[in-house]
Amino acid sequence: MSRNYQLTQLETLESEAIYIFREVAAEFERPVLLFSGGKDSIVMLRLAQKAFHPARIPFSVMHVDTGHNFPEVLEFRDRRVAEVGVQLVVASVQEALDRGFVQAPPDGTRNRIQTPVLLEALEKHQFTAVFGGARRDEDKARAKERVYSFRDEFGQWDPKNQRPELWNLYNGRIHLGESIRVFPLSNWTELDIWQYIEQERLELPSIYYAHERTVFDRNGMLYAANEYCVPKAGEETFTATVRYRTVGDASLTAAVLSDADTVAKVIDEVASTRITERGATRGDDKFSEAAMEDRKREGYF
Amino acid sequence: MDILRLATAGSVDDGKSTLIGRLLYDTKSVFTDQIESVERASRDRGDDYVNLALLTDGLRAEREQGITIDVAYRYFATPRRKFIVADTPGHIQYTRNMVTGASTADLALILVDARKGLLEQSRRHAFLATLLHVPHLVLCVNKMDLVDYSEAVFEQIRADFTQFAAKLDVGDLTVIPVSALVGDNIVTRSTAMSWYEGPSLLHHLENVHVASDRNLIDVRFPVQYVIRPQSDLHRDYRGYAGQVAGGILKPGDEVMVLPSGFTTTIRSIETADGPVEEAFPSMSVTIRLTDEIDVSRGDMICRVNNAPAVTQDIDAMVCWMDDAPLRPGQKLAIKHTTRSARAMVKDLHYRLDINSLHRDMAADHLGLNDIGRVRLRTTQPLLCDEYKRNRSTGGFVLIDEATNRTVGAGMVNEAR
Ligand SMILES: Nc1nc2c(ncn2[C@@H]2O[C@H](COP(=O)(O)OP(=O)(O)O)[C@@H](O)[C@H]2O)c(=O)[nH]1
Ligand SMILES: [Mg+2]
Repeated sequence: MSRNYQLTQLETLESEAIYIFREVAAEFERPVLLFSGGKDSIVMLRLAQKAFHPARIPFSVMHVDTGHNFPEVLEFRDRRVAEVGVQLVVASVQEALDRGFVQAPPDGTRNRIQTPVLLEALEKHQFTAVFGGARRDEDKARAKERVYSFRDEFGQWDPKNQRPELWNLYNGRIHLGESIRVFPLSNWTELDIWQYIEQERLELPSIYYAHERTVFDRNGMLYAANEYCVPKAGEETFTATVRYRTVGDASLTAAVLSDADTVAKVIDEVASTRITERGATRGDDKFSEAAMEDRKREGYF
Repeated sequence: MDILRLATAGSVDDGKSTLIGRLLYDTKSVFTDQIESVERASRDRGDDYVNLALLTDGLRAEREQGITIDVAYRYFATPRRKFIVADTPGHIQYTRNMVTGASTADLALILVDARKGLLEQSRRHAFLATLLHVPHLVLCVNKMDLVDYSEAVFEQIRADFTQFAAKLDVGDLTVIPVSALVGDNIVTRSTAMSWYEGPSLLHHLENVHVASDRNLIDVRFPVQYVIRPQSDLHRDYRGYAGQVAGGILKPGDEVMVLPSGFTTTIRSIETADGPVEEAFPSMSVTIRLTDEIDVSRGDMICRVNNAPAVTQDIDAMVCWMDDAPLRPGQKLAIKHTTRSARAMVKDLHYRLDINSLHRDMAADHLGLNDIGRVRLRTTQPLLCDEYKRNRSTGGFVLIDEATNRTVGAGMVNEAR
């Protein structure tokens, strides 16, 4: 903190996020924090701890588990949740498939069917405010979203009709069945996240750092060959030094070639990269120009 | 490195989105896949050149109609600063979205098309920016390439604007001739306008001094959340969490808690990273007091001899943002700092004509996007300051109790 009473960029972002966490905890009866074990949700969990220190985090965390996981991430998720001492609710896509609540699309991907599973879990547990780790720098539809994103009883986002959001006065009033998605990391960029991880010495699942992996090339992206993502004929596997920039559904998230095996090296890499996080790694957003907007309208984060 | 928040303003097609696209592009903040997607979309639309506005106009409807509907937030950084940019819509029906973007801005970029000069909507936005007390204004006279980079055209618009601005409460004004499309005077100074001696836009954004914009004098700490750990380790712990809205707080300071008026001293100021010696705007901290007094969310910690007004009668400028009009007698929910109450519209004093700044005293309602001076009576006292003195303790929102929509933005005029 400098003597000219000016906060640095990370201090400003941290303070804003803590304010948002406290505001939601004060005004909603049942908030929940989405925690996947990915880097943004790890930062969120740390911010939530800070917001209520020395008390415990006054809400549960939830993971919408597509069943297509990286084992390192699941292991990390459970360990972190135990360390922090929060309760974990798992909404399982596999379980929803097994009981016929959702049907898998022909290509086997589970991103779209994740949304009804999420909405069902919110309803079942009566969660009215849901913290998500989405950042506005991730996608052009996200760039348009408010910090408090109002969702109707179907979880839908109406981008043409958002509530005005002035100063830091958030309107959390809802009717029964409606909900608010809350994005404390709205103003953070990928680089801010990594600088914060460095500053806070946050541990991450190992797959965020450079490691050797058997991969194959599909549409210019490198996918790990595993049970969820099987190379087709003509897609040759090879060993490469890679890391993950985002961690989502294991069948849809690609790795990037990288030697960055420490936080400092990742920061250098992120600062100089010429491709966005989602562009480099997410098969799910490439389908159309407005893929994210369409999924958000349906109730996705 | 600090953060500068800026918002665009101006009429439709004056080039706001293009300017932001240009800033992002020329500071190398646009990623290859983003620019490829914009190139593809521009080609599909049959544009002659890459339409940089598509970098911020991300919604399907916006691309179809070629307009900005809602605020897009974009981020870029130079070695000097991180910038949070709110690219706002110019259409009058989306004024509420412009106001959303401007409410948190340190600086407003007001664009004018050099061929058209000052339009009603440019005046309107300049007025709104000053009403919202955005501390720094930059008038960008854009599309200079279409007027042969004429100094005379620039000077005329500058004179018109300065004349209009004289009637407003403008803190700091800078006027820059630019071409967003071509990139003149955006990142580097243009050779096409040798008559212009000022800085490029980016140079100005990097150097504008914002430290003195916040109020470091009047101590204001709205209590947001009471922290009481239910654990053996912290049995008697009671901390008041919140974000500093004004002034500098230190342990040992004698303070007063409103609305009760009890006085005590600050025992410590804490964060999860340990105690701090000082807290200033906009730090989120937890304050512990020496005496056990009753303090809850919505209360305000201030200094004994420097307190905000404690009042149920609010005189404020209101920007109305809903299709259903505001009328005297109406009841609404009000949210101010961390305090929520109900409010009744006692009186509509006047509606402001934004072009002429004429006050229509006969007005009996405020329609969508109207601005007027109203008197409210609240169910509980608000702890407020004049908005001009403190944006955090002077601003409030009005919410329709039936629809839950945010319908009005208010700025306290006089709080005595
Ligand atoms: N010739 C020229 N055209 C411009 C300039 N800036 C913007 N435009 C064009 O003006 C139109 C409106 O721009 P846009 O950025 O969408 O305006 P907005 O409505 O203010 O966001 C587009 O066709 C732009 O290409 C400029 O400096 N020179
Ligand atoms: Mg625009």
